[in-house]
Amino acid sequence: MSRLVVASIGPASSVQDGGRHGAQRYGLTVSGAMDRLSLAAANTLVGNEPFAAAVEIGPFGAAFTARDGAVRVAISGAPRNADIAGSPVATDTSVTLKDGETLTLGFARGGAFTYLAIEGAIKGEMVFGSLAVNARAGLGSPYPRPLQAGDEFSVDAASGAPELRIELPKPVSGPIRVVLGPQDDEFDDANKALFLDSEWKISATSDRMGYRLEGPAIKHLHGHNIVSDGTVNGSIQVPGNGAPIALMMDRGTSGGYPKIATIITADVGRLAQTSAGTAFRFKAVSMAEAQDEARKFAQAIKTLPDRLRASDTVELNIEALSDANVAGYAVSAVDAGTWQVTAEP
Amino acid sequence: MAATLPPPRLLPSGDSAVTVEFSRTIDDDANQRVLALDKALAASPIEGITETVPTYRSLLVHYDPGKIGFDALGDKLIPIAIQPPPPVTKARRWRIPVAYGGEHGIDLEDVAKALNTTPDDIVARHAGGDYKVAMIGFTPGWSYLSGLDKSLHMSRRQSPRLLTPAGTISIGGVQAGIQCLAAPSGWHLLGRTPVRTYQLHRNPTFLTEPGDRVTFFAIDHKTFDEMDRAAEAGEIVAEQVNA
Repeated sequence: MSRLVVASIGPASSVQDGGRHGAQRYGLTVSGAMDRLSLAAANTLVGNEPFAAAVEIGPFGAAFTARDGAVRVAISGAPRNADIAGSPVATDTSVTLKDGETLTLGFARGGAFTYLAIEGAIKGEMVFGSLAVNARAGLGSPYPRPLQAGDEFSVDAASGAPELRIELPKPVSGPIRVVLGPQDDEFDDANKALFLDSEWKISATSDRMGYRLEGPAIKHLHGHNIVSDGTVNGSIQVPGNGAPIALMMDRGTSGGYPKIATIITADVGRLAQTSAGTAFRFKAVSMAEAQDEARKFAQAIKTLPDRLRASDTVELNIEALSDANVAGYAVSAVDAGTWQVTAEP
Repeated sequence: MAATLPPPRLLPSGDSAVTVEFSRTIDDDANQRVLALDKALAASPIEGITETVPTYRSLLVHYDPGKIGFDALGDKLIPIAIQPPPPVTKARRWRIPVAYGGEHGIDLEDVAKALNTTPDDIVARHAGGDYKVAMIGFTPGWSYLSGLDKSLHMSRRQSPRLLTPAGTISIGGVQAGIQCLAAPSGWHLLGRTPVRTYQLHRNPTFLTEPGDRVTFFAIDHKTFDEMDRAAEAGEIVAEQVNA
């Protein structure tokens, strides 16, 4: 066994996986990764199951040191500078830390969460089939709380497998898609239109429980108290002050505010990765379209292994390069695998 | 065959869940239908359903849209949901000890004042009630009870408290509650129970189930301390009666 030691880490970083399912009827929060696609990509790079437990790193920097042997890891999610002793490590690639080497990650540049997957996955004591941290309920393993410097994981010694990179599907852009309901009839047409037609920003007071949205106040037809009913990841509830809250992975299992709309499964991770202060919009889609997108999203995760490439082969991703250039980012034409980490204007 | 009941509303909760709503208000008949549908789905599962969450008035059904679509699922749910719920024959009953008032129930005196009566009278009315676990939600083990004496219905506090103790026994609006973990609450705190409705390394982890009956009995604060230590060590300390 090797160890991976957390040399430094910022707040809002914890062990997360696919979440804790099956006990919402007892009030047990689901938790799990805020951006499931990125969790799955990082895990796939090191040969793990897509929703194996990994480190969810919040917007600030972090550093991890291998001890008692080599450790193979991969990073995916919000782009950030990463290096081992000054030599850069690209997002969406695997890398092996030799005994004593440290992987240093900078601040997230756009987005919030980056996933560090470890070959063989993080090990711990499962509760309801999950290691995911739910600090409020004191759940999560090996640490039932956000990570701190000095924490460490007992991990498999690196296999020595060749390093890989993953060519992810082209990121979806545009509005965050929602299905109206379950309580859209608690709002009149003008307020539904206000919700769908306005520009929103995520408040800095957001967390894994909910993203508070800043924009116009949405008014209820019959007041803001409904009899509590069940919530899902991506439920958008509107409390008395009219400022919507998108419920995220650490949501309570029930809630007593009207829910105007629900973010589609494929877009919950996109909202999770929207930085505080960045303007965005919602768009209502039909149930048929939402379910079609959910099936495509599940299929995209299932077929991630088909997108693995040897890390030394470079194929120019012309589409991605062109998108990035249009967006005003300087990109390296020879390093297509890393174009999205050099997001400098 | 008995006549069927009006169908519930099927409210979309995104692409992977549907809220089967029997009523918009707290209504014991609706809760009865929620629990009956939940039980029926547990007994004869529909392919694609991953988890169900009963609440006062609706059943939230989580499903995998890769296995079944919204319309097909609705077509299967409605015929079950319109069946009259079978009469409840054997409900499990819990007798829950409560240390009322003092440091354990900081709102007891204020509640008595607001209702123009004595703290003892409030305790008698609360402990004399026959309750049903209508739903469990918000945080692990938080059991929402129906059956609160009408004379104890009062609106929630103007400003919710950011933290209330584990084991809090409280009332809010028309509801009563058993709270397991320390949590924010806008309800009126009448007392505390040493009973853990959720305890991780105990079998069972969760004590109460929706549909269980609940009654309370008063204990003094010294008994609370003794039972609290026993409960911490994994004892259930609530009395179970099979009614």
